[in-house]
Parts: sequence; structure tokens; C-alpha cells
Amino acid sequence: MAGQGEEKLLNLTLHVWRQKNRGAAGGFVTYKDEARGISTDMSFLEMLDVVNERLIKSGREPIAFDHDCREGICGQCGVVVDGSPHGPRRATTTCQLHMRSFDDGAELTIEPWRAGAFPVIKDLMVDRSAFDRIIAAGGFVSVRTGNAPEANGLPVPKQDADLAMDAAACIGCGACVAACPNASAMLFVSAKAQHLNLLPQGAPEKDQRSLAMIDQADAEGFGTCTNHGECEAVCPKEISMGFIARLNRDYARAAVKKPRAGAPAGGAG
Amino acid sequence: MELKSNVPPGPLAEKWTQHKFDMKLVNPANKRKYSVIVVGSGLAGASASASLAELGYNVTCFCYQDSPRRAHSIAAQGGINAAKNYQNDGDSVQRLFYDTIKGGDFRAREANVHRLAEVSVNIIDQCVAQGVPFAREYSGLLANRSFGGAQVSRTFYARGQTGQQLLLGAYQALERQVGLGTVKMHTRHEMQQLVVVDGKARGIVVRDMETGALESHVADAVVLATGGYGTVFYLATYAKGANCTAIWRAYKKGAAFANPCYTQIHPTCIPVTGDHQSKLTLMSESLRNDGRIWVPKKQGDHRPPGQIPEDERDYYLERKYPAFGNLSPRDISSRAAKEACDDGRGVGKTGRGVYLDFADAIQRLGVDTIRERYGNLFDMYERITDEDPYKVPMRIYPASHYTMGGLWVDYNLMSTIEGLFVLGEANFSDHGANRLGASALMQGLADGYFVAPYTISNYFGTVRTFDKIKADHPAFKTAESDVADRTKRLLSIQGDKTPDDFHRELGQIMWNDCGMGRNEAGLKKALAALPQLKRDFWKGVRVLGTNEEVNQSLEKANRVADLIELGELLCLDALERRESCGAHFREEYQTPDHEAQRDDDNFCHVAAWEYKGDDAPPARHVEPLTFENVHLQTRSYK
Ligand SMILES: Cc1cc2nc3c(=O)[nH]c(=O)nc-3n(C[C@H](O)[C@H](O)[C@H](O)COP(=O)(O)OP(=O)(O)OC[C@H]3O[C@@H](n4cnc5c(N)ncnc54)[C@H](O)[C@@H]3O)c2cc1C
Ligand code: FES
Repeated sequence: MAGQGEEKLLNLTLHVWRQKNRGAAGGFVTYKDEARGISTDMSFLEMLDVVNERLIKSGREPIAFDHDCREGICGQCGVVVDGSPHGPRRATTTCQLHMRSFDDGAELTIEPWRAGAFPVIKDLMVDRSAFDRIIAAGGFVSVRTGNAPEANGLPVPKQDADLAMDAAACIGCGACVAACPNASAMLFVSAKAQHLNLLPQGAPEKDQRSLAMIDQADAEGFGTCTNHGECEAVCPKEISMGFIARLNRDYARAAVKKPRAGAPAGGAG
Repeated sequence: MELKSNVPPGPLAEKWTQHKFDMKLVNPANKRKYSVIVVGSGLAGASASASLAELGYNVTCFCYQDSPRRAHSIAAQGGINAAKNYQNDGDSVQRLFYDTIKGGDFRAREANVHRLAEVSVNIIDQCVAQGVPFAREYSGLLANRSFGGAQVSRTFYARGQTGQQLLLGAYQALERQVGLGTVKMHTRHEMQQLVVVDGKARGIVVRDMETGALESHVADAVVLATGGYGTVFYLATYAKGANCTAIWRAYKKGAAFANPCYTQIHPTCIPVTGDHQSKLTLMSESLRNDGRIWVPKKQGDHRPPGQIPEDERDYYLERKYPAFGNLSPRDISSRAAKEACDDGRGVGKTGRGVYLDFADAIQRLGVDTIRERYGNLFDMYERITDEDPYKVPMRIYPASHYTMGGLWVDYNLMSTIEGLFVLGEANFSDHGANRLGASALMQGLADGYFVAPYTISNYFGTVRTFDKIKADHPAFKTAESDVADRTKRLLSIQGDKTPDDFHRELGQIMWNDCGMGRNEAGLKKALAALPQLKRDFWKGVRVLGTNEEVNQSLEKANRVADLIELGELLCLDALERRESCGAHFREEYQTPDHEAQRDDDNFCHVAAWEYKGDDAPPARHVEPLTFENVHLQTRSYK
């Protein structure tokens, strides 16, 4: 078995996107000495930690990158490695990617998510606040605290609950947008909408939700979905494109009914 | 300093209902006039923000991540407890109350814990109504699993992502209010200082983490829901950014810090592999439902697990605690793992690990059932270790996971500073000396949805009119310049060690001398080492760049400086508590079979520390704990 005792050390060459702030022009900087002796037991972010420690010790500013939980659930991390959001391993966030996925001597290009709606803040960090605004537009059930009926009063067929959970597993990292040639956010939007649309608790607001979330995504400048399928391929939680088809159906139905006026929901849009 | 618990009179089971009735209300038209700052957007902060905004108050919420949905509550895996008794296995509010008091080794306030058990059932209703996709049976009804320290099945779960789903529920409720304009959300903003005016918490100073700008925010009440301080051990199951800055700065402004030495070391985490390690990953306790924990009977037995015959394995939890077995509480399970490894029977490269074995369960239930229950955890394990837990047993070892200690709060969740409320893991309130699994999510949501909205209303209704102050008030100006000075100092040191170097050193000291086992000599050693580390830090840390930009080293340095100071208080508290209770295990105080030995005559109390200045020792105050409804007894899981 690997893992126990098969640690190897890698010497890498990194080309990392460095950009001072939103307004500044960025460019690639190459690191070689700083990326020597990297253990295959390290995670990708631990490799960047090591590079950063070395940069600081030699008086150079460390590379800024987003991360928090480092266990693949918060969705805060994410860089593009050699053109692939979250790197080469299927169903794996950047923080869970381990260096054993790379060969000694490898040359890696590391960039931030690239999308008009995700402006770069610094180096590998981007602004994903558009996702929050899409949720604020309709990604919720309008229930007030303290008014909830008995939980088992409304049974939910197991397969519906399971499907809703498949959609709800989205971590909101934005890799789908970064992978899409159109920078569409439809995998995210559909996962978030379908999680609720599929459950009886979310059904009453289905029309309003479908319209509001898609409209908000358009307003944020995300592109339209033309079924490339890159999003599904890079999604660390393997969210299915089937949810996009479902949301498109919900949207079409709702658009015919036009429930917007007088709807009770929120609406940041 | 006076510690008034403000527990309402009356029989235990009626206290909360009566208190809710007795509390002052604010009429709907007036609610708009009051404002609340909520720091933190985890389960506690997001649920409080959404609920307070629904009530009609003006809410401003802060978090340091780029979205409120990323608070570390998101990482909770296993589940949330509630006394629904859907399984009809004898559960009740009374039993959840009792299990929690006992699990906490009789070091929590009865009235708070009872309230927690009461509202637990409302939490599940609330979450289901929000669309939280809890696991269900084929009947369409909600499913349950078992967790440590309980003999009933009362844990609700959403695959291995319960925290994620509960937080998304609260986050969506929060974003709904953001959309309605009742909550102003500030992401990537870090609280740097609490501002107290005329004895009342009236606001905070935050740093915009993108531009470095300091901003003052004024309100009529401040809520801290900033999570735990377990990163004091450096390696932990917490998020990398988790820190104690908010509660530590509040402590220094007069909020008492209760029981800092109650820190939980979780028994089932993936072991450390090397010096580069930046965090440890939890393997949910729910795995102990089906996994069996063992080590070889012989010392130094390095055979692969599959080659160790059944009768040469020591299923030590099943052997020592037959009644609870692999579901023994966390403190007990962690210490037992440490004991086995100290005895030279640990497994894996480092010898700091024990097996968590699913072979029996897979044989009994089939791979598919195990995959359905734990698939994502098994995948996570495989990604990190490169080993397939369907084929070889997992290796696990204890790691810092939760802090029961925190800012002291009364029954209303108000700290010793008027108008400063503390929710979730940041307070000390409900778990005594040890938290049971699946009870933190319950507490965070209880505080945020069902307790604080009422008690904060009561506070507004009682004070009624607040002095009108603005962000140009001298107290805010002073706070801002204090923060700016500190930043300048950090940037000017230009030493030769990184903030992480210091953090790792802190972790070493804490883990070795104030970890799973503590003794007087070790604690005294740590208490000498920590002030030295603090001096070294302020002489030797290197932070490059400026304040006026994204500066992650600066953020780290700022947090590590606070953690070092907190570490010292933690050790002091551990030294002064001359007993063992729950997760606080003083080696001098143990029973002949190595269980924690409480000293109820001298230590049946909460210890709350008051800051007395940087150069003076803090003062230890005591809130006696009285048990009127349960019998103080030796905790036994045998
Ligand atoms: C890996 C893991 C698994 C767990 N599993 C379970 C489980 O199965 N069941 C269970 O009951 N419990 C579990 N727990 C414990 C539980 O998840 C936590 O105790 C709980 O979620 C804490 O919630 P919180 O709202 O208090 O804090 P958090 O969710 O930690 O939120 C803290 C918030 O405060 C903000 N913040 C902090 N400092 C500042 C500052 N200075 N300025 C601005 N914002 C700040 C952060 O941005 C964040 O929004 C688990 C914990 C971990 C680490
Ligand atoms: S850091 Fe949380 S998902 Fe990677």
C-alpha cells in the first residue's frame, strides 16, 4: 500500500500568476529553487505553504491564495493547475489534491479562476461574491424562525431526498465557471435551485426561485450554458449536468406563468 | 467581577418557558430602531443574524471568509442531536439533558443544558422546513444514527455533510434577509477590537482584508459567534483561518473567559504524516457505529493488519468499556488511544495511530451499505492517505477538535460586558468539561435561532434607550488607532521567522504539556515557555508587505500573537484546576484504572478569568455549580 512509507521528494518548476491587486496587471513568475524537495505526502496547498515560507525567508512576498477548511468542503480554495480547475484529479478540490499526483521534475502552471464575473483580487484569489447575490435573489425557502411544522409531518420520498442531497452537495467553489468556455454559472445555479425545487418544502416558491436566480446570474455577467460539459468534468463534488436540464425546464414553465409580480421572496437583483 | 448566572427560578423543565414569558418585548414599530452587530456567520452567527433580522432589527454581520457559507460549521460531518424519539428507543428531553450533563462530567449549568435539550426538537423542524435534505428512511420519514456517549439513536444527518447542509440552511435564511435589505453582510472583514462605551458593548473595529482599511461599526448590541480556539494546538481539525482574536480582544476589554482548559481532543482523525502537515482531518465519529477500534496485543508488532490474527488484536474500547464499546465518549476514547500508543502498540509509520476497522461491518452489511453510509468519508480518507479503507483498516489518532471553554455567559448568553452576547462554540455554556458528538451543531443553532433572538430583545426592552453615538466617538477613534499601532509594529519587526514558525512552536508546547494528559510539572514548564515565545514573537516575526493590501502573513501574525497569549491562560487554568474532569485530564488525579477523578468538594464550579492588564496575572473567579435535578456521580461507561 502506498501512503505508509512510500514518500518521495519532488523537484518542481512552478509558473505562478502574480497580481498585486484588482487594478494591477498580472503576470507569471517562475519558482524553481523554492519548489524543491516537495514530499509526495503533502497536499497541493501544503506545497504552496512551503514555497511561501521560503519566499518569506528570502524577503519576497508570499503568494496569496484562498483556502480555509482544507478538507474539501468549504469551497474557499481553488486554483487552475495546467489549465484544469482544481488540478488533474477527478472529484478533488485543490486542498485535497496531493503531490503524489505529480511526477518529479514536473513543470506546473498555476493560475486563478478566469471569468469576468470573478475579478482577481490578488495573485490566485478571486471575488466570488456574485454567487452570494444569486442566493440572495431566490436560493432559499421563505420560512421564518419558529414557525416550522413538525418535521415528520411531511414525509419526503427517499429518492427525492437523495436527489436533492446530490444537488445540495455543491460547495460553491466556482470551478464550474472557471472551466466553462462561456464562463456560465449554470451548474452552480442549477444545483442550488434544484436542491430546493426538488423538495416539497421548496416547491411553493419554485417558479419565483428559478426565474430570480437565473436572472441574477445573467445580471452578474455569467455566460449562457451551451452544454459543453466541462463544468461537470471538473466539479469536485461531481454535480450532474442533469440539474441544468431540470432547471431549464422549471425556468421555461415559470417564464410562461410569469409569477414575478407580488412574489414574497427577497431579491437582491 | 460578579458572575451572576441569572438562571430563572422555578422547576427546571419550566424555567425557559416561564422566562420567555417574563422577558420584555419590543413592539414591532420600535424594533427598527435597534441595531445588532453579529461577528461570525457559522451556524450560530448565521442563524442569529437571520432570526434577528426577521424580528425587525437592523443587523450587520461579519465573517473573514469570502462568503458566509464558508464558516467552519460547514465541515461538521456526523450529525446533530435532537430528542425527537422518532426511533421510540426511550429518548426524551430528560434523557438528552441527562446524557449531556453526564457527558460533560458534571461541569455544566443544569438550566442551560435543559433548555438546549428542549429546543433541540424545534431545530429539526426548522431545518426541515428550510429544505435541509436530512437522510430519510424508505418510508419518507427522517432517519437517525447513534453517536458517542448515548445509548439511543437521536442523531439526524445528511450523509457525511450534516454541518454543510445545516449551514447552507442558515446561510440561505441569512441571504434572504440580505436580499430584503435587513442584514448588511461584510465578508473578508476581520474584527480587531470590541468597543465598550459607558460599560456597554457598542461596536467593533474591523479590518477590510482586501484594502487594509479600518472601519468602525456602531450598534446597540454586539454578538460574537466566532467559533472555537482549538488552533492553539496548531494542528487541528479546524479551518486554517480559525482563531481566537475576537474573543481574546473582548476578554481584554472585560469579558470573563471561562474554563479555557476544557479542550476536546477528538479520537478519530487521520494521523500526522510529516512536518509539512498544515492541518488534521477528522474522520467522523459516526464511523464508530460500524468500525471497530483495535491495536495489536504485542508491542512493536509491525505486521500488516490483515496478517494479525483475531486473537492477537486488542479491541481495547470493547474490552474496557463493554457497555458503550466503540461508542464511548471522546475524551475516554482519545486517552485510551494515547495509552495504547504510549505502550508501544501504536500502528503506522510513526507509531502514533490505531486501527478503525470495517471488515466486520462490510461482511455483515455489504460494501454497498457501508458506501451509502460513509462513502464520502472513505473517499476523503483515500485521497489523503492513498489507502483504500474498504480493503485495509483506517489508521486514526486523536487531534484537537473543539473547545468547550470560551467567553463566560449568563443564562441569557450575555457576557460580563453588558450588551455583549456570545453564541456557539465561542461561549462556554453547555458542554461542561467534554462535549458529546453531534451536540455542537445543536447548540449553535439553539443559541442562534431560539435563544439569543429572545434574550437580545429582552436586553433592548430593558435598556430601552441607548445613547446616540457615531463612529467618530472617541472610544472608536482610540480603538482604531490601537489597532493601527499594532499593525505597524507587526510590519516593522522584520525578524527571521514566519508567523507559521511561531504557530508550530506554540502547538508543540501546548500539545506536549497541555494536551490529552496534563501534570503540574509540564504545565509549569509551558507557563515558563509561553511568555518567552511571546517575547520572541514580538522580536522575531517577519511580516512582509504593507497593511494596505491583501496580506495573509499579517492576518496570520495577528492571530498567532493572540493564540500565544490565550495558550498561557489555558495552561494556567489547567494548572489551577487540580482535578481531572472530562477532557481535562490531570495525571495526578486518576482512579486506579486510569479514569478521570473529579474533586467535587473543591472544583464543582466554573472558573472564569478576568484580564488585569498585560503585566498582571489574571484573576480567577468562580461560579459554583449546583445540581438539583441530577445526582453527582462518577461517570461510568462500563
Ligand atoms: C471537522 C469538524 C467536524 C465536526 N463535526 C461535528 C458534528 O458532526 N456534529 C456536531 O455537533 N459538531 C461537529 N463539530 C463541531 C461544530 O462544527 C462546531 O463547534 C460548530 O459548527 C461551531 O459553530 P460556530 O457557529 O460557533 O462557529 P464557526 O462555524 O466556526 O463560525 C465562526 C465564524 O466566525 C467568523 N470569525 C471568526 N473570527 C472572526 C473575526 N475576528 N472577525 C470576523 N469574523 C470572524 C468566521 O468567519 C465564521 O464565520 C465539528 C467540528 C469540526 C472542526
Ligand atoms: S479549503 Fe475548503 S474546500 Fe478547499
